[in-house]
Amino acid sequence: MSALKVLITGVGGGLGRLLAQRLLQEGWAVVGIDSRDWPDPPPGVQVLSADIRKRAAEDVFRLHRPTAAVHLATVTHLEARPEERYRINLGGTQAFFEHCHAYGVQRAVFVGRHTIYGAAPDAPLYRTEDEPPLAAATYPSLADLVGADLFAASALWRYPEIHTSVLRVAYTLGPTMRGTLASYLGGRLGQRVPMIMGFDPLFQVMHEYDAVDAILAALARPLRGIFNVAGPDPLPLSALCREAGRVPVSVPQLLYTSAARRLLRDPLPSSALNHLKYPVVINDAAFRAATGFTHRLSEQQLLSAFYAYSK
Amino acid sequence: MLGTPHHRDLWSRLTSEEVEARLDRLDVTFGPYGYDRLGLSRRHIGAFYSALEPLYRRYFRVAVSGLAHVPPAGRAMLIGNHSGGVPVDAAMVFCSLFFDHDPPRHAHGMVEKFAQNLPFLSSLFSRLGQLSGLPEHAAQILHDERLLLVFPEGVRGTGKLFKDRYQLTRFGTGFVRIALQNKSPVVPFAFVGGEEAMPVIYHAAPLARLLGVPYVPIPKHLVPIPKPVLCELLYGAPITLEGDGDEPEEVIALHVTRVREAIAALIAEGRARREARVSALAAVGKRRWWGEGWE
Repeated sequence: MSALKVLITGVGGGLGRLLAQRLLQEGWAVVGIDSRDWPDPPPGVQVLSADIRKRAAEDVFRLHRPTAAVHLATVTHLEARPEERYRINLGGTQAFFEHCHAYGVQRAVFVGRHTIYGAAPDAPLYRTEDEPPLAAATYPSLADLVGADLFAASALWRYPEIHTSVLRVAYTLGPTMRGTLASYLGGRLGQRVPMIMGFDPLFQVMHEYDAVDAILAALARPLRGIFNVAGPDPLPLSALCREAGRVPVSVPQLLYTSAARRLLRDPLPSSALNHLKYPVVINDAAFRAATGFTHRLSEQQLLSAFYAYSK
Repeated sequence: MLGTPHHRDLWSRLTSEEVEARLDRLDVTFGPYGYDRLGLSRRHIGAFYSALEPLYRRYFRVAVSGLAHVPPAGRAMLIGNHSGGVPVDAAMVFCSLFFDHDPPRHAHGMVEKFAQNLPFLSSLFSRLGQLSGLPEHAAQILHDERLLLVFPEGVRGTGKLFKDRYQLTRFGTGFVRIALQNKSPVVPFAFVGGEEAMPVIYHAAPLARLLGVPYVPIPKHLVPIPKPVLCELLYGAPITLEGDGDEPEEVIALHVTRVREAIAALIAEGRARREARVSALAAVGKRRWWGEGWE
């Protein structure tokens, strides 16, 4: 295993750091790039400060010739402004696959989000990979992530020599306290979480350690295709809030946006309301069958862990 | 079982001991917080069945026959007629399977898609395992070896007026394809009495448009509450349909007719049985409207 080298884009983010440490334990040599800082990476992880779209990032591919690469460097509207987001999510994904192709990467993993399926009243539970992503219509702020996901999948036919897997990962919670769901739940115990009165959709959530395990499972074998990745069974949002030590507060939809602005640091845009009214629940059977992946942390374990991290 | 103390909420206090005991025997795997993978909530169905039991046993006094035709385990589709007015039929079918079937079973219904937009109702339906009427949902319920309740008349059936009582409206064909694709037996049933409980004489179309619902029924007795009439529920022998679901529409239509005729026969049997019960009550001097309405 020691000969294998993996390159991680967006390594300085929460999930990136966990993944780098885990791959190191598994005997991989790890190179990471990120435009953000990771001041004290563990020994054995090389971190280069570079934007994936710049020359310096390409040089990392050229110099290190990684066997595998993981693209984590996508951002949501919660983290970046629109023009920057399009540049990172679409331009970054394009550059990632071009470099993988040019420098002989054998396995490429794109880590995307399950929210691209979009929340809608007429959508079924347990979406499969065959279903179209509705989010571009139901939640326009996610349009660039929908684009990035579909563009990543085009690598399957454009670069047939690379084993490409596109992972659509459910909401994650964990020690980094980052991510869409974590920022919605807020950092403190007892924090009030605004919900839309009369709606309590099912939410699928997995521990960050299990998400890292899933990426590892995709890297460990030549895998090709688009896969949903999830953990334990879904829970209603209100139950999830309570078990995470938060206080769900029902707000009539008309008042929601102003209430959310008071209660949350980063209020969701109004088009996000669909995601608080209707479920986005994915069927992950294909990924489990292809990789043998099983999640280790139950909903109880992951929520009590998140409760503990919030103290 | 139900986790932390805040789960001892209103819903659990509303659950009777008998229901609690039957919930333990249900062939549903509830997770640590009392939800199954489709969102069905143990606490919510406990309160639901506890609230419906008096209606089932005393208010409508539902007489059930043929429950042995519903398999004790594994998938099946229950296909029946819809009563006009407020559909009490589905609730009574649920009760018969939960209270009188051995072992108790929970059926999953298919809810009209517009209900997903209604606050409170949409989440309540989800907790009770009533998913919106999509073929994907039907397949998941059957794949989980559950019972799926389908009224092929759909909203055409609940929208029946009193003058059209017990006439089956057009059947959709989707249910036959679902049964074939998922290799599910079909158990026909008939519910008789619902039309008398709430004789609808008029639909308030402008009000329906305002509320965004398919129709607003105006009952003969004006109060939109079903009357306490006698009800009959008859299950028929299971029908096994041959095929894989890819047949042309003419072949599917023959299967539909077969199921429809089985239901029509059960309705006729149920109406005769109900009349006998009503006359027996009248003979011992019970007030006539308990059985027949106010005319």
